[in-house]
Amino acid sequence: MSDPVAAPPPAAGADEQPMLQVRDLRVSYGAIEAVKGITFDVHRGQVVTLIGGNGAGKTTTLRTISGLLRAASGQVIFEGERIDRRPGHLILRKGIAQSPEGRRIFAQMTIRENLELGAFSRKDDGVEADIDHVYELFPVLGERRTQKAGTLSGGEQQMLAMGRAMMSRPRLLLLDEPSMGLSPIMMRKIFSTVRELRSTGTTILLVEQNAQAALSLADQGYVIETGKIVLSGPGRQLLDDEGVRKAYLGED
Amino acid sequence: MSQLLQQLVNGLVLGATYGLIALGYTMVYGIIQLINFAHGEIYMLGAFGGLTMWKALPTGLQTKNYIALPLVLLAGIVTSTVVAVLMERWAYRPLRGAPRLAPLITAIGVSVFLQEAVRVFYPGAKGPLAFPALFTGKSITIGGVEVKYLSIFVVALAVALMIALQAFVRTSSTGRAMRATAQDPDTAALMGIDINRIIVITFALGGVLAGVAGVLTGMQYGAIDVHIGYIAGLKAFTAAVLGGIGNITGAMLGGFLIGIIEALGTQYLPQGSAYKDAYAFVVLILVLVFRPTGLLGESVAARA
Repeated sequence: MSDPVAAPPPAAGADEQPMLQVRDLRVSYGAIEAVKGITFDVHRGQVVTLIGGNGAGKTTTLRTISGLLRAASGQVIFEGERIDRRPGHLILRKGIAQSPEGRRIFAQMTIRENLELGAFSRKDDGVEADIDHVYELFPVLGERRTQKAGTLSGGEQQMLAMGRAMMSRPRLLLLDEPSMGLSPIMMRKIFSTVRELRSTGTTILLVEQNAQAALSLADQGYVIETGKIVLSGPGRQLLDDEGVRKAYLGED
Repeated sequence: MSQLLQQLVNGLVLGATYGLIALGYTMVYGIIQLINFAHGEIYMLGAFGGLTMWKALPTGLQTKNYIALPLVLLAGIVTSTVVAVLMERWAYRPLRGAPRLAPLITAIGVSVFLQEAVRVFYPGAKGPLAFPALFTGKSITIGGVEVKYLSIFVVALAVALMIALQAFVRTSSTGRAMRATAQDPDTAALMGIDINRIIVITFALGGVLAGVAGVLTGMQYGAIDVHIGYIAGLKAFTAAVLGGIGNITGAMLGGFLIGIIEALGTQYLPQGSAYKDAYAFVVLILVLVFRPTGLLGESVAARA
């Protein structure tokens, strides 16, 4: 059973092959199939968002791309190479980093140590400069660099999780619900950071429940319901879609 | 007074060995939440590895302590480390993700297997085997307390290794990866950390320390047998729990405390020496009742 998913419309870099191709991906937890054959593309330089409610399969999809979960079938292709059988630590080395759902910072380590862990796989000597860059982007992290990360507020922890993911200099950044549980002010800060990252050339796959914010900055959006993509299109277009407005933007 | 000091010294020496073994329990628990009940056998095999090396030395070198001691220590370390790494690979890795009871029972099985394998196949191991002292038997008297040079060597080596381990875990990139894996293995993998490699390194480090402890035990008592790992392993496990399982500083502290409690109990309690193996377990019961997280441990909820 295949969903009638339209091919992604022309966008930045659409003339080349997509950076990330997910093809008919299925993922199960025991007998329960959480992702039921989804297909989508992420083109270089784009922000692509997956939106949908709780339990739709968004996080499962990201964790499978990152190699933390194994696909039951289907393919994940990154820069022309299949990566769905690789262990997680090698996928990071390919150039995909993830800021996970719930931030998952290392609470008992200092902010600086968290950032150093983000650069764990790097051997070059640019790490120090990149840590300084994160401190510039999020001054609060710089001010508190020697404190335990667990003492940060939720929003600050999200900044740290994103900064940590950027420390590996990923070409594709996966962001899983970066706005979860944040105040509106903090949420704006996080989304403006996502825009800033895109402007520096990082490709972003963003999973969100906050459909309004995600779609308004996404080049391409996919709506997931119970493990399947039910709708796709440019972010602005989905934002105006009546079904999306009813289901995800709280309109009657 | 000097009797008390004497027993405190004895306790420190005992505790140095317990602490070295306890570090292996606590590090493995910290990374994969497994109580490796075969860790005592890693220590026992370290002693046998050291003894094998000594027997293999030409007679002329056996009495040259400055050559024999480093070689015997090295052989003990290598034996224990290899056993620890193979144990992880063959016994525990296939059970990754299985319910926690499965690896625990496997650990007990591995423990019995290794004891019996050595007893049956190692020449003369059906009884105790003499172990060389590898250290000249002089002693010095400090404040009325007689302290053997060997005792000073044992405590100094143990403390040096503990400090080196702490420095490694706190400051090296691999040490940072170990701590990250202990806190959250999935997220550690997202950082590009190879979890399997970290687990192997953890078992290996525990093996190094247990190997040293095995050789030091043989040197102090002048004899080893296949059962030394059983009681020492249980006491070291108690030390790890007392310090707070998963906590490296706690394991050292717990080791020294258990050693001192045992030495003092043997001296001052009626018929104390008859119960010398029981004190650690009285402590274990008290810890589990009154402070199950141990002296330096956090609550399990804080880890999750």
